Amino acid sequence: MGKRFASIWFRHLTTDWVTLRKPQLRELPFVLAAPVHGRMVVMAANALAESQGISAGMVVADAKAFLPGLEVIDDRPRLAGKLLRALGLWCIRYTPVIAVDPPDGLILDISGCAHLWGGERIYLKEIVTRLRSKGYDVRMAIAPTIGTAWAVARYGKATPIVESGGEGGALVYLPPAALKLEPDVLERMHKLGMRTVGSFMEMPRSALRRRFGDQLLMRLRQALGKEEEHVVPLRPVPPYVERLPCLDPIRTATGIEIALERLLETLCRRLAGEGKGLRTAVLKCYRIDGKLVQIAIATSRATANVTHIFKLFALKIAQIEPALGIELFVLEAPKVEDADAVQEALWDSASGLEAAELAELLDRLTGKSRGCTVRRYLPDEHHWPERSIRLAASLSEKPTIPWSKARPRPTRLLPRPEPIEVTAPIPDYPPMLFRHKGEVHPIKKAEGPERIEREWWMDKGEHRDYYYVEDEKGQRYWIFRSGHYGDDHPRQWFLHGFFA
Amino acid sequence: MMDSKREIVSRLKQDILRLQGFIASESHVASNMGLGPVEDAFPNGTFPRGGVHEFISESREEGATTCGFIGGLLSHLMKTGGVCLWIGTSSTFFPLAAKVFGVEPDRIIFVDMPREREVLWAVEEALKCRGLAAVVAELQEMDFVQSRRLQLAVEKSRVTGLVIRNNPRSIGSTACVARWQIKPLPSVLEEGLPGVGHPRWEVELLKVRNGNAGRWQLGWSESGFVPVPKPAQMDGRSAERIKMG
Repeated sequence: MGKRFASIWFRHLTTDWVTLRKPQLRELPFVLAAPVHGRMVVMAANALAESQGISAGMVVADAKAFLPGLEVIDDRPRLAGKLLRALGLWCIRYTPVIAVDPPDGLILDISGCAHLWGGERIYLKEIVTRLRSKGYDVRMAIAPTIGTAWAVARYGKATPIVESGGEGGALVYLPPAALKLEPDVLERMHKLGMRTVGSFMEMPRSALRRRFGDQLLMRLRQALGKEEEHVVPLRPVPPYVERLPCLDPIRTATGIEIALERLLETLCRRLAGEGKGLRTAVLKCYRIDGKLVQIAIATSRATANVTHIFKLFALKIAQIEPALGIELFVLEAPKVEDADAVQEALWDSASGLEAAELAELLDRLTGKSRGCTVRRYLPDEHHWPERSIRLAASLSEKPTIPWSKARPRPTRLLPRPEPIEVTAPIPDYPPMLFRHKGEVHPIKKAEGPERIEREWWMDKGEHRDYYYVEDEKGQRYWIFRSGHYGDDHPRQWFLHGFFA
Repeated sequence: MMDSKREIVSRLKQDILRLQGFIASESHVASNMGLGPVEDAFPNGTFPRGGVHEFISESREEGATTCGFIGGLLSHLMKTGGVCLWIGTSSTFFPLAAKVFGVEPDRIIFVDMPREREVLWAVEEALKCRGLAAVVAELQEMDFVQSRRLQLAVEKSRVTGLVIRNNPRSIGSTACVARWQIKPLPSVLEEGLPGVGHPRWEVELLKVRNGNAGRWQLGWSESGFVPVPKPAQMDGRSAERIKMG
């Protein structure tokens, strides 16, 4: 797909802004003036003043002579530049690449953006209406080159959208000024009767160069798309991206590793320099058959450590299908956070849960397999066994209450209690034996009951009476009876865990 | 003459140990695991920390006692504030129980992998990580090559690897430094007291690299492992002799 550019022309940029600040000026002709060589000269005139024949460059005294009611306001230098910058930043919602086009315009690189609004016509209409509703008188045009977009926005009379390949046709009827030429060149053209671009477009290059210089040819070629025109984007976007084009398509894992390492080094150097670390990173591989393959990683803490990030990616390199070869690698860090520099210094010496090695290891484990879960438990203020522990939110979270060992707890707890058959002599005495999976376990020693009530505000059901029992072989179990004895239906017993 | 020969033999033994990856730790006291007589079975009379230990558990009850015994080992290994990784496919270890064995349960990180092959990979990665005190793995099968990989990883990082093999289908030879089996024994109480006493186990070292296999009885009390006095141990030995006879 070819490039598409939009040019926005603010016809009365500074005066519109002044009108916004002072609404009472809306119905009055006024000019912005500044002293030049000791005289007050009009720098900008609003639409009303312009319709009365006043234009920029006039001396204020002359203007006042034939429009006595003219308001004169002091011009602020650099106001236009500031306004354009602010408007450009506002326009980033429409495309990431925006350049200021002094003195009164913006250039937008809209390649691949317009379809998000449902087509270029709607896109253009949306921007123009939004800017007009803000109070700026704008004209906008979309063309395949910056030059043509600029020309059509300012001098175009037909459609504001120039299709790819239609640059020449769009320029033919425009005046030479549409090519952004110097005033003396324009004057010479005027004298020679060249009123439109079309009148000299087909002339031999050597003849044009001799009479009007190189600049005209360059502008013409740029407008027609025969020469590249560059703009300096207002904000380089997206921020943390590194690109690596390859001369020969890369097809081997080693090649991908080398590319990745080089990208990581530049990206991490930049991150480290800014005191930041990445939390997620995406490696995009553009293949020569036009397809895009990508792998992504995430880290548990912000890091700019090349070897660590490389290890995380290395686990996934096998997922890249190079097919005929990869011609461009792009490494992006969509999520970047401030890395704690102090912590970084301590990392090497820290042991235990704060160790960098541990965080990196866990990143590797979770990065390898989708089904991998990493859990750490903290005590919780519940007696109910399943709820007596809770998951820790992070590696550094500290327990808020001490771990209790007042009561015996099994080393293995069944996720779901298994029903058993029990012979018990008298109510609330430990059972004499229990049968589990066809095996009889005569109970020799027992401790209990330990009654654990269900938390009625959380769920309904019976309480549990736990017994810690040991059978004749010395095997130790944690069994419980659900609910009271004495009701008309027999009570169910369960095996819930194994003791050491 | 005899003395010099004995000297040469013991020096050669040390050399062999060194070549096999046993590095005598600097301080004997630090590596004491409180296992009492069991430690004498190991080369140099110390529990090898930089090694992979294999625990066979043939039932869920044995699995629970193995967890208890490992908890006791962890309490020594994690004394200096280390962290332990517990890797398995679906571990049923109850963290609250770790406290009973003197381990802060929040210093254990549980990692669940969906498949056994990935568990092995994760264990190997974890064993390479110097920042850990110990790695506990719950596996069913492990062949010689896999155990060799783990042992090589450990010899570099000096992390203790403890592999619990739940209901293994086949027990082939492995490169682990020791193969244990921990079976439950009835607890002992003072005459006439109700309840269940402190846990007691029959600890069997089925295989020890460069050491002597054997069988002991150990108990656990609040202060650590408690070796059961000699007569019980003699019983074990004599039982073995009867079996062999």
